[in-house]
Amino acid sequence: MKYATEFRDPKAARAVLARIAGLADQIGATKARPVHIMEICGGHTHAIFRYGLDKLVHEGIEFIHGPGCPVCVLPMSRVDECVEIARRPGVIFTTFGDAMRVPGTKMSLMQAKAAGADIRMVYSPLDALELARRNPERKVVFFGLGFETTTPSTALSIQQAAREGLENFSVFCNHITVPEPIRALLDDPHMVLDGFVGPGHVSMVIGIHPYDFIARDYGKPIVVAGFEPLDLLQSVLMVLIQIRDGRAEVENQYARVVPEHGNPVSLAAIDDVYEKRPSFEWRGLGEIDRSGLRIRAKYRAYDAEETFGIGYAAGPRVVAEPEGCACGQVMTGRIKPTGCAQFGSGCTPEMPLGALMVSSEGACAAYWQYGGARISEAVE
Amino acid sequence: MCLGIPGRIVAVTDEHRMMALAEVSGVRREVNVACILEGPIEDLLGEWALIHVGFAMARIDADEAAKTLQALQDLGEAQEAAEAMAEGAKALEGQG
Ligand code: SF4
Repeated sequence: MKYATEFRDPKAARAVLARIAGLADQIGATKARPVHIMEICGGHTHAIFRYGLDKLVHEGIEFIHGPGCPVCVLPMSRVDECVEIARRPGVIFTTFGDAMRVPGTKMSLMQAKAAGADIRMVYSPLDALELARRNPERKVVFFGLGFETTTPSTALSIQQAAREGLENFSVFCNHITVPEPIRALLDDPHMVLDGFVGPGHVSMVIGIHPYDFIARDYGKPIVVAGFEPLDLLQSVLMVLIQIRDGRAEVENQYARVVPEHGNPVSLAAIDDVYEKRPSFEWRGLGEIDRSGLRIRAKYRAYDAEETFGIGYAAGPRVVAEPEGCACGQVMTGRIKPTGCAQFGSGCTPEMPLGALMVSSEGACAAYWQYGGARISEAVE
Repeated sequence: MCLGIPGRIVAVTDEHRMMALAEVSGVRREVNVACILEGPIEDLLGEWALIHVGFAMARIDADEAAKTLQALQDLGEAQEAAEAMAEGAKALEGQG
C-alpha cells in the first residue's frame, strides 16, 4: 500500500480502503468475479491512475472508465469540420488547447494551424468574444466543446454577444450531455455495470436528479464524487454499501460543491440558448439519441453550423474510425487500453491514432503515463 | 478540461457585464461571475469560487479551496489551467 502514503490524509485513506475491502469480501467480490464500477468523468479516470487507486482497492473492485472525456468522444467528422471552418477566408478559429491534437481524417487542428490556418488556443469563450470585438473585419468562431460543466459558459457568451450585437462571433457547437450515453451503455446487453461514480463538476451545474433514472429504471447505485483521492474512495465505499444493502439510489458525496438541484443561473442560460439535437455522433459509440445540443433558432446568427452551412446543417456525415482503433471498445469498458492492438505501436502520444491517447483525461493517455493497473483481460 | 479550479475574487471590473478579477493559482484574470451572483457584486470580494473556462461556477469556502487546489496541483491540473490562461492572453494578441 505504498501509494496511500502520498495522500494528504494517509490514515483516513487506509481506513476507507480497509472498509472497502471488508465490504467487497462481504458481498463476495473477487478478482475472478469483480464488482464493476464505472467512473463517468475523465477527470476521475485521471485521478484514479494518478493516485493508483485501482491498485490500492480490493482486487474484487474493477474500475470501468466511462465516456466522460469530451475530447475523447469527439468524432473525426467533427474535427474535419473544424478544419474546414478554420480554413475559410477571414476566419479566426478559437479552441481549447485540449482539442488541438485530436486526429481528423486528414489532419488535426494543430496540423491545420501549421499549414497556415488562423487557429488560436483560448482559455475561455470570453477570449473568443474579445477577439471578435478587436477584429471586426474577421469572423471569429469558437469551438464549443464539453459536457454540462462547460455548456453554460458558451451559452452565457452567446447571450453576451447578442446583447452587444456582435455580428462576427459564432459557435461551432459540440456540447454533449452525460445522462444519455449512460443510458445507452446501460441498454447495451454486453455491458456489465454494477454501479457508478458520478461526475462532480457536471453535477455542480445540473444537480443530482438527472441521474434518477439510473437508480429507478436500471436499479444501479450512483454516487456523485469530488476529485480528491479520498472523495473517490469514499464514493466507491458508498456504492458498495448500497450494493450490500440491496439499494439503488443517487447519493451526493460532493455536497460541499454540488447543490441537489444544480446551479439555477447556468441551467437558465443552457435552456435559453440550446435545444437537444435528435441525435449526435460519438466517437466509437455511434449516434446517440438526444445526446448533443444545438443552438436554438433565435440565436441562429451565432450558430457556425448554420452560417457556414456545415456539419448537421449540411446533413449527417459519418466517417469510419481508422482501422484497428479500439477507442469505442475502451470507452465502453469492454477492453482496457492495453487490449487495443495499436496501443504503444500504432498509437502513441506523439503519433496518436485515437483521441483517448491525446487528451489528459483519456484512458489510453493515463495508461501510457502511469502504467496499466492490473493488466486485465476483456470484461466480456 | 471539465475540472474547476479555485480562484479568489479580488476586484470588480465591470458590474454591468458581471465581470470580476479573480486570482487563480497565482495568475490574475477577468472572469464572469453571473453564476455565483446572489446579491451586490461587491459582496463577492474576497470570496472563493471554482473557476472553469473563465466563469465562476460555484462558491466554495477557503478550506475547500485550499484542499481542491492541492489536489489539482498533484494532478497537474492547476499548472495546465495557468498555462491555458497564458495561451488565452497570447491568442488575443494574435500570437496564439
Ligand atoms: S490505443 Fe489509440 S487507437 Fe487504441 S483505443 Fe487507445 S486511443 Fe484508440
